[in-house]
Amino acid sequence: MIPLEYYLILSAFLFVTGVTGVITRRNAIVVFMSIELMLNAANLTFVAYSSFFGDVVGQLFVFFVMAVAAAEVAIGLAIIIALFRNKETINIDEINILKW
Amino acid sequence: MDFNLSDITGYLPLVILAAVVLISLVIEMYIKSAPKILPWLTVISFLGLSYQSLLTIGKPGSFFNNMLATGGHVNIFWFLFNFGGAVVALITIDYLKKTEIYHGEYYILLQSSVLGMMLIAGAKDLIMVFVGLELMSLTFYILAGFARKRLFSNEAALKYFLLGAFATGFIVYGLALIYGSSQTLNIDKLYEHFTFESKNIVGIIGLFLFFAGFAFKIASVPFHMWVPDVYQGAPTSTTALMSTVGKAAAFSALIIVVSPAFGKEKATEILTPLVATFATLSMVYGSITAIMQTDIKRMLAYSSIVHAGYMLIGLAAGNKEGIDGVIFYLIAYSFMNLGAFGLISVLEGKEEKNLAISDYTGLGSKYPVLAGLLALFMFSLTGIPPFAAFFGKYYVFMAAIRADLLWLAIVGIAASAISLYFYLRVVVVMYFGKDESKFEVTSSNPALTGIIVSALLVILMGVLPGSIIDLIAKF
Repeated sequence: MIPLEYYLILSAFLFVTGVTGVITRRNAIVVFMSIELMLNAANLTFVAYSSFFGDVVGQLFVFFVMAVAAAEVAIGLAIIIALFRNKETINIDEINILKW
Repeated sequence: MDFNLSDITGYLPLVILAAVVLISLVIEMYIKSAPKILPWLTVISFLGLSYQSLLTIGKPGSFFNNMLATGGHVNIFWFLFNFGGAVVALITIDYLKKTEIYHGEYYILLQSSVLGMMLIAGAKDLIMVFVGLELMSLTFYILAGFARKRLFSNEAALKYFLLGAFATGFIVYGLALIYGSSQTLNIDKLYEHFTFESKNIVGIIGLFLFFAGFAFKIASVPFHMWVPDVYQGAPTSTTALMSTVGKAAAFSALIIVVSPAFGKEKATEILTPLVATFATLSMVYGSITAIMQTDIKRMLAYSSIVHAGYMLIGLAAGNKEGIDGVIFYLIAYSFMNLGAFGLISVLEGKEEKNLAISDYTGLGSKYPVLAGLLALFMFSLTGIPPFAAFFGKYYVFMAAIRADLLWLAIVGIAASAISLYFYLRVVVVMYFGKDESKFEVTSSNPALTGIIVSALLVILMGVLPGSIIDLIAKF
């Protein structure tokens, strides 16, 4: 059996990758993908702990996170499309009529 | 635990609000005059629910296998969310017409966001906190971008969405680590095995990440960068909603999840400095930056950051008085800001006109009632004695002094002194500006009703603070 630590290290790595992506990338869709990576890191942690403890609650939480992430995708893409129609760009450096 | 139908009186507000959301969806789909019906349906159901919440305040209960609690502080929060939601609905009616975004969906989203807030405040389980938080946040993203043909609104929505989802990532990962260290998601049992020893480093990091994510939602420095942009770009009625009851909902999650951790050993060595740092940064940075603002919505955004700092003082104190003070402060702050943003929405012209502070020149002689009300809210936001915020500040500062955090209270008082400048500048411009007022205001009776009710509540909380804090402290 693979030890718990391996999963935790992998998910921490995924989380840090996601955070780095959000901070460094400039395309709104790529930023959004990085955020999904962060959520998946959390899911992996939940599942790993859940199976380690033999407690089903952690896996239940993952279902909620996945459902919410799907809703978030729908809303996020709609917002990005609404902006693209008015501005013809999704580069977050050019979206600057309000000062950051 | 078995399911008992007689329990329903406890969580009835949630059931009713969920039903109202569904009914509103059907009305909006099939009836042409939905934008005329829905605001009033929203106002009536919100007022009924806030009354019901106050009525059942003394009946604590827990439902659905201890997923949800009611009674006491939960009902006080439910009252705040519903009453605040009713005021927002009143403000929107003429504002949406004026800005040409007159659609019934606005009210459905408003109801859903309040439902999410109620779930957060009543949560007894971290799953519930997460689901309620997301229901609230997702509807806020849409409401911020509701004026989809205006670039300001689009941009505000995108920034809010990306940074909000980023914060959600922190919260979920924090929850996963907390789950790992305490083996449960139930809030009552959360801190049974939790220690602040170095062997529980994973759990402590989880708590930090959770706190950081919520620091974003309550608009605290260093997670504040979205606040001015989103408050300025979003439709004013949306700003009124998310800056007041939205912030209160995020604070209720902090009160439920983070404040029990202060009871653990060594918590004051690790948690108190963290929360106190966030509080200090918010107060200092917010009040200094607010001085330089020329746009009134941006100025109030920085003021919102400063107020988040004051409220965090109560949380940093970590005692019962601090929590009661925060709840009092949240109610006071919500109604002051609802009134202020309500007035801004009445004064606002088409296409984001009349939003600079200098536009308000000479308002005092032309529209004495509106200017007088705005002056009242500005005095209250400053924290001048006869109004609500003074006592809110008093309670949180006293709690901090009792918890040996005198320096934090002194920083708070210094920040209040600085904030005198940027609030009173609005009053000075209105009454002592030389020019005549340049713009016409189309008065709006529903909005004025909401604003006057908020003003009365602000005065009431300033005149009778003792009886209200007693009610909060009883639970």
